[in-house]
Amino acid sequence: MRANVWSGRNTVQVENVPDPKIMNSRDAIVRITSTAICGSDLHLYDGYIPTMKRGDILGHEFMGEVVEVGKGVGSLTVGDRVVVPFPIACGSCNQCRRGLFSVCENSNPNARIAEKLMGHSTAGIFGYSHMLGGYAGGQAEYARVPFADVGPIKIESGLADEQVLFLSDIFPTGYMGAEMCDIKPGDVVAVWGAGPVAQFAIASAYLLGAERVIAIDRFEYRLQMAREKGGAETINYAETNVLEALREMTGGRGPDACIDAVGMEAHHHNPGLHAYDRVKQATRLETDRGHALRQAVIACRPGGTLSIIGVYGGLMDKFPIGALMNKGLTVRTGQCHVHRYLRPLLQRIEQGEIDPSFVVTHRLSLDDAPTGYETFKHKRDDCVKVVLKP
Amino acid sequence: MADPVQASSSPSGPPGRPGDNVSRALGLFSAALGVPQVVAPGRVARLIGLKDDGRTRFWMRAVGVRELAAATGILTRRRPTGWVWSRVAGDTMDLALLRAGLGRKAVRPTRTVIATGAVLGVTAADAAESVRLTRREAVQTPSASTASQDGKAAGPMHARAAITVRRPRKEVYAFWHDFENMPQFMAHVESVQITGIRRSHWVATAPAGRRVEWDAEMTADEEAKLIAWRSLEGADVENSGTVRFLKAPGDQGTEIQLELHYAMPGGALGAAVAKLFGEEPSQQVRDDLRRFKQVMETGEVVLSDGSPEGTLAIRLARQRPAHPLESEPIGTKGGPS
Repeated sequence: MRANVWSGRNTVQVENVPDPKIMNSRDAIVRITSTAICGSDLHLYDGYIPTMKRGDILGHEFMGEVVEVGKGVGSLTVGDRVVVPFPIACGSCNQCRRGLFSVCENSNPNARIAEKLMGHSTAGIFGYSHMLGGYAGGQAEYARVPFADVGPIKIESGLADEQVLFLSDIFPTGYMGAEMCDIKPGDVVAVWGAGPVAQFAIASAYLLGAERVIAIDRFEYRLQMAREKGGAETINYAETNVLEALREMTGGRGPDACIDAVGMEAHHHNPGLHAYDRVKQATRLETDRGHALRQAVIACRPGGTLSIIGVYGGLMDKFPIGALMNKGLTVRTGQCHVHRYLRPLLQRIEQGEIDPSFVVTHRLSLDDAPTGYETFKHKRDDCVKVVLKP
Repeated sequence: MADPVQASSSPSGPPGRPGDNVSRALGLFSAALGVPQVVAPGRVARLIGLKDDGRTRFWMRAVGVRELAAATGILTRRRPTGWVWSRVAGDTMDLALLRAGLGRKAVRPTRTVIATGAVLGVTAADAAESVRLTRREAVQTPSASTASQDGKAAGPMHARAAITVRRPRKEVYAFWHDFENMPQFMAHVESVQITGIRRSHWVATAPAGRRVEWDAEMTADEEAKLIAWRSLEGADVENSGTVRFLKAPGDQGTEIQLELHYAMPGGALGAAVAKLFGEEPSQQVRDDLRRFKQVMETGEVVLSDGSPEGTLAIRLARQRPAHPLESEPIGTKGGPS
């Protein structure tokens, strides 16, 4: 089959690789009909996530048709149309039973590597480094889906691929980001970033009852999408002092909740300050650039909530722990526990409350994946979300 | 015997074992030697009878920097073994330099000869301490387990680990009690055959592709609480194990504490070689328990493209790329696949 593989920093290529086979009895093989490039794939592309190997198939946002099931999968049959959540979860360990699917205790065969870095392992993730399981990803014609009786959700209505594909990651991730803010009537929510996940965090904050949502980014076309599709107010941090603007917009209080939908490759409008973290990251003195997160801590209303859904990999320095502590902020974070949001969010899509396809700006064939990565990384051609068709 | 993991709970404190003050003394000695070598290399050179020129001063400073590095390493690390060994290497370098100095530019050869004798003495102390530390590390393999238990050890190596499995104690106990289930989750055990009421025959792989066999006897068996076993006389690898089953808090199932003792094939050297390949005993035990948990909770060992055999110590060092295998999947040996 054809598959998009990682072959070093800033290089992906579409290659012929063997077809996936059933390895565990609870596996299914899915013929992929749509797959997307995620912002977090760019962290792999840029070489910031350790334990990648040349030849790793990328991709963790995919859907398709079941073509084979292991004998332990009772819930799916060949021909079912499914969306696959990006974390792999067994459904039977204590964490899965708590609904914390992204920290499943059984789905990472390489748990030991993750333990060295994080103390404990988290769930395996499709196409996302060997530390997180060493699973082949979904930017391919076919994928093996472990625990297929737990993860994939069947799509039985006539919704188009692009309307349901993002149930695999970015819609639930954005939704969880907003849900963790514990939004109450009258709340103002600020969202750092206006990328695909942020767009869903904005939409979800309104779905959950936010009074106002303010999006912060430097790309005008993305801010425009946040205004027009999400109904957010916007701040362009390249032109405006964010902290001053937020204070003004909230009567001096600061946002009640701040969502970091940026993560480890944040930018700073001041070239000197940006260079500081950029150099430390390039020389591996820290792995995570923290401009967005630091600013969110400073901006947040005392007693407010900081919700971190942007991906971080390791260590950051100059973290304003004093502001966090003295202002009594609540920090909530985590890789999305996608499984628990699949059904309620599919329902919202079916009922027409939201049509997630609004983020798609680029539709390419799988063979054009390398172009897709470059376009997405450098935000060329007003790129927000790339969908690949195998 | 102190648990090395628990001993580490006060990282800034002094090493907690008798004998460690030898390492400490060597570290202080390094510091005491390094400072004057760096600050006043010419005076030190004259003291040991060498010609005080630019070249000598350069080498004297270099040696001083090395001494300070060794001092820092030995005095700050909880396990300074590598740094003490670095002193042995440094001594060898010093002897070579002194010999070169004696040949070319010793101003007062008698002093240089005395210095050489002193270095030889220090070398002996360094080597002895290095060997002692290495032996101790090989014997006390660290683990992440809870309490130290001095069981009836069958070999000098021992490893412990603990894990929580979301299954009732009785069920977990029953699965473990049937030793023929061992190969499903113990990566190095190829087969176990029940040969009598309390007896079983084990076949396992050892480092370097060797195959070892032994007969074992269950030495303790308390329903839903504890199982212990040990190899009988004539075993290729003398070993024993104890597994305890405790009720986890709330409805979280069972806490399992596993402790293994065995004579590592090849002794301390064999252990060091195995460690190089990621086959550290404590790591193996943890991997085995992880596989056990997977079997109990999900029905089988979980496999990925990068780790097609499932959790396996050696795979952690050498992952294959995350794309499908050419051949048929390797699968779990003896597992219900």
